Amino acid sequence: MTPATTILLALAVPLAGAVLIAAAHRAPNVRETITMITAGLLFLLVVSLTPLVLAGERPAVTLFEIMPGLALRFEVEPLGMLFGLIASGLWIVNSLYSIGYMRGNDEQHQTRFYVCFAGALASAIGIAFAGNLLTLFVCYEALTLITYPLVTHAGTDEARRSGRVYLGLLVGTSMVFLLVAIIWTWHLTGTIDFKPGGMFHGKAGNATLGALLALYVFGIGKAALMPFHRWLPAAMVAPVPVSALLHAVAVVKAGVFSVVKVVVYVFGVTEIAGLASVQWLPFVAGVTIIAASIVALRSDNLKRRLAYSTVSQLSYVILAVALLTPLSVIGAALHIVTHALGKITLFFAAGAIYTAAHKTEVSQLAGIGRRMPWTMSAFAVGALSLIGVPPAAGFVSKWFIMSGAAEGGHFVALAVLIASTLLNAAYFLPIVHAAFFRKPDEDDGARVHGEAPWPMVVAVILTAGATVAMFFFSELPLQLGRQLVATRL
Amino acid sequence: MIASHLPVLQVILPLIAAPVMVLARRGAIAWLLALIVSWAGLFISVALLARVADGSVISYAIGNWPPPWGIEYRIDRVNAFLLTLVSLIAAVVVVYSRLSVAAEVPREQQYLFYALYSLCLAGLLGITSTGDAFNLFVFLEISSLSSYVLIALGRDRRALVAAYQYLIMGTIGATFIVIGVGLLYLMTGTLNMADMAVRLRGVSEVRPVLAALAFLTVGICLKLALFPLHLWLPNAYAYAPSAVTALLAATATKVSVYVLLRFYYSVFGESVVFSALPMGQVLLVLSLAAAFVASTVAIFQHDLKRMFAYSSVAQIGYITLGLSFDSATGLTAGIVHLFNHALTKGALFMLLGGIALRLGGVRFEHIGGIARVMPLTSFGIVLGGLSLIGVPATVGFISKWNLILAALESGAWWIAFAIVLSSLLAVVYVWRFVEAAYFREPGAAVAKIKEAPLEMLIPAWLMIAACIYFGLDTTLTVGSAAQAAATLLQGTR
Repeated sequence: MTPATTILLALAVPLAGAVLIAAAHRAPNVRETITMITAGLLFLLVVSLTPLVLAGERPAVTLFEIMPGLALRFEVEPLGMLFGLIASGLWIVNSLYSIGYMRGNDEQHQTRFYVCFAGALASAIGIAFAGNLLTLFVCYEALTLITYPLVTHAGTDEARRSGRVYLGLLVGTSMVFLLVAIIWTWHLTGTIDFKPGGMFHGKAGNATLGALLALYVFGIGKAALMPFHRWLPAAMVAPVPVSALLHAVAVVKAGVFSVVKVVVYVFGVTEIAGLASVQWLPFVAGVTIIAASIVALRSDNLKRRLAYSTVSQLSYVILAVALLTPLSVIGAALHIVTHALGKITLFFAAGAIYTAAHKTEVSQLAGIGRRMPWTMSAFAVGALSLIGVPPAAGFVSKWFIMSGAAEGGHFVALAVLIASTLLNAAYFLPIVHAAFFRKPDEDDGARVHGEAPWPMVVAVILTAGATVAMFFFSELPLQLGRQLVATRL
Repeated sequence: MIASHLPVLQVILPLIAAPVMVLARRGAIAWLLALIVSWAGLFISVALLARVADGSVISYAIGNWPPPWGIEYRIDRVNAFLLTLVSLIAAVVVVYSRLSVAAEVPREQQYLFYALYSLCLAGLLGITSTGDAFNLFVFLEISSLSSYVLIALGRDRRALVAAYQYLIMGTIGATFIVIGVGLLYLMTGTLNMADMAVRLRGVSEVRPVLAALAFLTVGICLKLALFPLHLWLPNAYAYAPSAVTALLAATATKVSVYVLLRFYYSVFGESVVFSALPMGQVLLVLSLAAAFVASTVAIFQHDLKRMFAYSSVAQIGYITLGLSFDSATGLTAGIVHLFNHALTKGALFMLLGGIALRLGGVRFEHIGGIARVMPLTSFGIVLGGLSLIGVPATVGFISKWNLILAALESGAWWIAFAIVLSSLLAVVYVWRFVEAAYFREPGAAVAKIKEAPLEMLIPAWLMIAACIYFGLDTTLTVGSAAQAAATLLQGTR
């Protein structure tokens, strides 16, 4: 099988899976089996590309030209490889978890849920492997639209309202800023193909580049940079597996991935490193990190707290890449992976708590660790990873980002990172503490429950395990990250 | 032998078919005849498009009277593209119309419907193929008069008022056009447009010619419903029979845009239009106003047909916006959007016709939960709506891309933002349908109905499929539009 075929298959398999899932709507067991097989196949396909990319190859396939010079084109480079691996790998675990969650909570429209999920994964892989800005944009918009039915899954008025915010902000930012930025880039350079080292090379002045960077980073609304972050908390109305895989991994990581990709392959890190007009970005990211952490600290709803934590952590990636040093860019790439593992664990745990105990607020969780020891231990691991405590994966990426900040002499960024670490600890550790060391509330004794259904527990243990394992075996993402920086020059 | 008569044959066929239908007085026979002539028209236009693809021009002298004395039919890459569009839409709509018309038009009037449909088609094709300014006016009247009656055939009694409104506005427009043509005749002594262009050279900036330009612009803009001359359109579209709305929305205004292009570039020449008079600025301001005002008004409509009618006014604004740049890219964007929007709106109005057939109306308060019972129709409307918004992989995106590119090329980056901001308004009105159709519980009336008949769904979905296909492969659309733009720009140099 040629690499080009593999890329096409990686895009086609989830789509074919979606069709088969829809066809099997009468037989839930068959339907879920198809989901698992599709997820497994997709992961294998993505993995099979990894050795090639590590060897320095850039497998590519051009489908057809939409307009002269504007082709639908896919090309796998280290960053996309990393994002593809994490998204497709976690889909397997998430599918297992979904089965437990959707059945445990008797959710409606389960077929539509699995169909849209497969479609979302196809779009995410399309974003990961996009070879030019147009392809990226097409898949980006597809991801927004295909996740809309997932966000509004409940069909309630609240879901409908949240759907409006979700769609309004994501479509709005991408149509108004991102599309104009892409066409402007095409107008200035005559190319939209991602190129290591950037596209402009003197074709745009200082002010133009600054304006373009703003259009790109705010246009990629999925990166949830303030003030365009409100869609993410709104999306929490969705079922937990959606929040877990899409709004902690696939969708939001598609956002920060696109930001990193644009900075590295459209602007070129060395190209803009000295420019005065791009120095505002670390500050905007820094403000987002701190402000979102404070909101998280004040949120009693567990999913909302996790969502704001995500907003804050996404800006770690943006801050890292905005520092424009090789180490911080590696850190940005790593953080996409480590945060994905940690945050999906936390969401899985939140969903398990909801399924087993029907609890959604942080203040209700006193003593829950005794009833759900596995779930809450996994939660603790995820929390430690986000805070950046070894031996959890979060430490590795934070290390690189901080080294990058120190290397570039960016002390404001260092201060932001340290402050944010403290804030992270402040909003996560009390949950862990209450779960294990506080007695359950008096009026809470009525409902006796244990752990959530086994597929959910297995899933949460798997991701927690992976979070720890990533600390010890971070060789693969590191290598890909180094390649990303190496190809830049 | 017959091949040399193709330019006129496509106009003659429906023109002859109409009286035959009236003589036959049978709805079924009339439909069959309409089907035959519109499909024949499609084949002829495609053949013509293939023949002029190399840039050649077919000149056909009616009755062998050589131009400029006789009436000349002149087919180049510009109008061959338009002919294909018009006859394609007409051919698809006629298949669709049988059941829709059977439900919406009284039995004894159905043969009249198809006779008028054929006349309207003959008029539109005639406008597009003729090279004679007065002949153009005659066909404009044929298509207008027949469309007034077609609109009046609507079930709703307000259709009559809507038709009357259109009649008054349309007649004013036609009067302006005929005054413009008269002034040009006065100055040049010829009605042949190519000849006119030659004779106008050098004397083009004298006052009567500029007055002619102004009269023609106002008259044609009335017909193409450029804001604020659009007032006739929403009611006409809302109350006409579904098949008529689909046909007119997709073709009538587009042909008027063609007439504007023809007069601007092939008769007056761009220097007169864009330098001697500030038509570029006028069009720019009115187009942007159309995009914002009409889209905003669309958001507040209670009737889906009216909503999409206002959306049409906004989308026409994008077409004229493309023209206002007076550049190759802008012209390409305008022409390609003309094609793309015709497909999108045609499909949308056809799908709405399916709902009207089953439910009796398309008001928002009645269609709650319709996606449960008419999933294919609803999803088709969503896809068409996405194309109106300009989501990638639909034709709307292609239009928007070219339009924004043209804006950036002209150096006016704020227009690029105006374009994308106004397209967000489309998100709002399209999502009103999504929320009504998918989030509300079906009422008693909706719960009883079933999916639209296949005979209507298939033509509508063909157009939706075309919206997606031409959003991915644009060699035909953008290619033809770019060639047409090049031909138009050449004509003046």
